[in-house]
Amino acid sequence: MVKKVLMLKIAPNEYTAFRQHGEETYPHECCGVLLGRIDDDGTRVVTSIARAGNTRTDSPQNRYHIDPKELIRIQREGRNRGEDIIGFYHSHPDHPAQWSQTDLAEAHWFGCSYVITSVAKGKADLTNSFELTGSDEDEKKLIAEKIDIV
Amino acid sequence: MPKVHIPTPLRQYAGKQSAVDVKATSIADALTDLVAQHPELRRHLYTEDGKLRAFVNVYLNDEDIRYLQKEATLVSEGDTISIVPSIAGGR
Repeated sequence: MVKKVLMLKIAPNEYTAFRQHGEETYPHECCGVLLGRIDDDGTRVVTSIARAGNTRTDSPQNRYHIDPKELIRIQREGRNRGEDIIGFYHSHPDHPAQWSQTDLAEAHWFGCSYVITSVAKGKADLTNSFELTGSDEDEKKLIAEKIDIV
Repeated sequence: MPKVHIPTPLRQYAGKQSAVDVKATSIADALTDLVAQHPELRRHLYTEDGKLRAFVNVYLNDEDIRYLQKEATLVSEGDTISIVPSIAGGR
């Protein structure tokens, strides 16, 4: 049996791109989709990212929501390239790159990565990634995982 | 037959398939056939009282069924049904 590891692999270009997205939308939260594959050992490998709009125009400084219709388009385009949705990213303007209770309550893509970047005074600071573990809503957890920039 | 696209987190309950063909003329029939083929999906899609979970979005092609006839929405050969769990959060 292959031992499961908690890791997200991503190329420097994609890593820089989603961090830059957070700088562009500051002081509002940015959001987007990570596409790629999941290896047998559980490693998620990002091969592209897709920016998404934040529909929470009522509170964009501390909330994000991706329109499912946009996600379906991103998913279809990814499928045409042989990619799956493997995670999501968003930013926390002037706030730590740690998941909040809201982040956990609103997370439902088990086995996917949730990447958070702290954007301090307009500049991307720390980026952390968390896997949504568990098998149902009652026992879900966001567990920190290593980001391997390769 | 209509096809149901399965999101990444639910594929382990659908025989690791990314899409499942269903025999159906409505969304309700499609989801019924889907969970009949893959019973483990039921608890991830529905609450204990049989309602679709609030964070489970269902789209017929590019339309949210909430703005159509909900689960009574009719489906046709070649239609695509997408199950899309919500993506949201914030600090």
